Amino acid sequence: MARDFAWIRPEPHGIHVVPADCWIDPSHPVARALVTHGHADHARGGHGETVATPATLAIMELRYATREGAVPVAYGETLRLAGGVSATFVPAGHVLGSAQILLEHAGERVVVTGDFKRRPDPTCLPFEVVPCEVLVTEATFALPVFRHPPVEHEIAKLLAALCANPDRCVLVGAYALGKAQRLIAELRRAGHLQPIYLHGAMEAMCRLYERFGVDLGDLRLVGDVKTPDLAGSIVLAPPSALNDRWSRRLPDPITAMASGWMRVRQRARQRMVELPLVISDHADWDELTQTVTDVNPGETWITHGREDALLHWCALNQRRARALALVGYEDEDD
Amino acid sequence: MKRFAALLDALVYTRSRNAKLKLLADYLRDIPDPDRGWALAALTDGLDFPAVKSSTIRNLMTVRVDPVLWSLSRDYVGDTAETASLLWPGPDIAEDPPTVSEAVDTLSRMTRANVMTELPRLLDRLDADQRYALLKLATGAMRIGISARLAKTAFAQAFDVAVEDVEEHWHGQQPPYAALFDWAARGAAPPSCEDLPLFRPFMLAHPLEAAELDLSDYAAEWKWDGIRVQVVRVNGETRVYSRSGDDISGSFPEIAEALDVDAVLDGELLVRGAHQGREEGGAASFNALQQRLGRKTVSKTMLAEYPAFVRLYDVLILEREDLRPLPWSERRARLEALIPRLDPDHFDLSMVIPAATFAELATIREKAREDAIEGVMLKRRDSAYVAGRKTGLWYKWKRDPLLIDCVLMYAQRGSGKRSSFYSDFTFGCWDGDPDDPANGGAQLLPVGKAYFGFTDEELKWLDRHVRGHTVNRFGPVRETDKSLVLEVAFDSVHHSKRHKSGLAMRFPRIHRIRADKPAHEADRIETLRALVRD
Repeated sequence: MARDFAWIRPEPHGIHVVPADCWIDPSHPVARALVTHGHADHARGGHGETVATPATLAIMELRYATREGAVPVAYGETLRLAGGVSATFVPAGHVLGSAQILLEHAGERVVVTGDFKRRPDPTCLPFEVVPCEVLVTEATFALPVFRHPPVEHEIAKLLAALCANPDRCVLVGAYALGKAQRLIAELRRAGHLQPIYLHGAMEAMCRLYERFGVDLGDLRLVGDVKTPDLAGSIVLAPPSALNDRWSRRLPDPITAMASGWMRVRQRARQRMVELPLVISDHADWDELTQTVTDVNPGETWITHGREDALLHWCALNQRRARALALVGYEDEDD
Repeated sequence: MKRFAALLDALVYTRSRNAKLKLLADYLRDIPDPDRGWALAALTDGLDFPAVKSSTIRNLMTVRVDPVLWSLSRDYVGDTAETASLLWPGPDIAEDPPTVSEAVDTLSRMTRANVMTELPRLLDRLDADQRYALLKLATGAMRIGISARLAKTAFAQAFDVAVEDVEEHWHGQQPPYAALFDWAARGAAPPSCEDLPLFRPFMLAHPLEAAELDLSDYAAEWKWDGIRVQVVRVNGETRVYSRSGDDISGSFPEIAEALDVDAVLDGELLVRGAHQGREEGGAASFNALQQRLGRKTVSKTMLAEYPAFVRLYDVLILEREDLRPLPWSERRARLEALIPRLDPDHFDLSMVIPAATFAELATIREKAREDAIEGVMLKRRDSAYVAGRKTGLWYKWKRDPLLIDCVLMYAQRGSGKRSSFYSDFTFGCWDGDPDDPANGGAQLLPVGKAYFGFTDEELKWLDRHVRGHTVNRFGPVRETDKSLVLEVAFDSVHHSKRHKSGLAMRFPRIHRIRADKPAHEADRIETLRALVRD
């Protein structure tokens, strides 16, 4: 195994596919970008050409108000790029439209996972295991303390809090892209069919999900109702609005947050969260190590997160691995 | 263990004091004996299991988890018990969790020899939250913001009894406090504690708001600026308690040794000096006393440099006779008669101010600032010694606050009910010569910080002002354009090496917003410095 995969080069601001002269999730504008998913740290605006799934392109259009240079690619479709490189987008199970990117060149296969999870999510297609020689993986929750409980547990906790406090509302902080819609869909699955109220910043993304066929039920805007009417209801807002003036209008809200970080008590306390919900769109420790085992690559490259621990785990299991030290990806709110 | 774990978690995530009280009270009411007693002991640091320490947990984990992964995890989580609870390969749902009593019983029977096999057996029966609760209970360090006082208040609330009675009966009781629950929950007679040197709850004062009191009904004393203490001696054993009921005998051994009469005395702990009330006052400033607070061991030099004594206000119990039901005037007579029997180096009497009328007292009080005395106490002559703060009996009449006009410089968001509002304010006074731009001209020097004193309406106004006048941000701190004058009230100001201005205010609060006053007319640092009485 003396191959060095010189055709694919991790640089601080993204992964450079050299023969095709394109970049995966670059953090500054480039001529051609392959984008794994719509979160702002991966999908920046201003590229000459942006190759991504139709859902990811729609999300970017919503964010940056332009479709210029958009090149849609369906899941499973193989795109021929310059320099004898081909790219195939495969579901990553992270959020709507999220993809792993399989790159093939001169008989070598590299998979860039982007952000991913292995658990079922009613709002996106499940992660697929793609055999390859090099697996480029995220490591957001790569510590053995991170074991996300079953989502049903956390949803039950949320509904129990709602039920026990009919005079209050439960204000849940959740990422506007992905987490919010997954939470709504899981609540609906658990039989909670009442209206769910949204912070204004979340509406457009929910409507986009609905256009892509994800049913979210009765959604209303907080701004459209009198605040006492919100007692006994679930209100969704971006994490930044939780402790801001915006939330002061709500009737004695119970502050909740849906995030993998909520597993650690002090993290929840620092964010003044009263009801932590351990719900993440990233793989937890078991999912990460299971994925490395399932894909069984010759080498594992680790992009961002707690790479030390995953690197150490790879060493313990006689697997070649290296940390890439990319800049600009950090997910404080997931 | 399930309910206890749920209680701990709820307490971790709850910020409001009232909500914490309710959680605790509900638990104490609902959970049967002896579980609730053990839980109460765990929350108030009343348990100790010699075989189970934080290092035990670390050792237990590093034989099960790779040591590198353990230390990376521990670093990230920042708490050994929590890290272990998350890493322990236990069930998601506990099938057969032990009760709190069972857990306490098992923990107390563990030895250094068997802890490494016995503790895992216990952990295997718990889910992650319960493991956290168990390890916290076992190792003591709860760190969840529950003081003993809060726990006692919750206990009182749970059973609708007076918190002063809880304080009184609590001392001398051992976990799981069966007698205490029998008394509060089942109406049994309170546990007896006559033979132990126990803390008795203090009688406290309200601020004086009435314009005038009749001095034939009220006696006046100086309000000394030390710490209020209770010195208790029973059967030759002596304790010194602080206002919160903490035993501080270890920090003040000379006081504990000096009392040779069985009694319960109420007084002010002070250090000898000539600051408060000058020579005849005989007491150093609070700063001097601070050198002695919180020390576990006291050196000879400390004892010599900062000699402590107690200035007595009252006597509660004397040679087994409970004097608390007697009127103040009778207790005072007993105290005055007792004084000659006490060691004069360590005990003296707080004098009654000889004022015939309220107007005369007001004149005497005027002088108090010059004499660096905090103010005056007024005590109803016919009142029994009643625990807590009962209206109409005792008043504190502090000297009027000092006022100074400062300029708002920085603001930070508050916590609790002030969360999300910019409500922690740093303000400054002018320094430097405005007509000397070569040397920087006039500059603002921060002199203090305050986060209360304003009304809710004023807070909203201030929050808007900060948001609209921000010129810089440093993390959570906003720097304002320094255009707003705040009238700051404070009790006194002292020299301090810890602050750039060299001054530290005591008890500063925002008194008034002076939006009408231009910033350059705010006070200069010299004005503040002139108010120092060190």
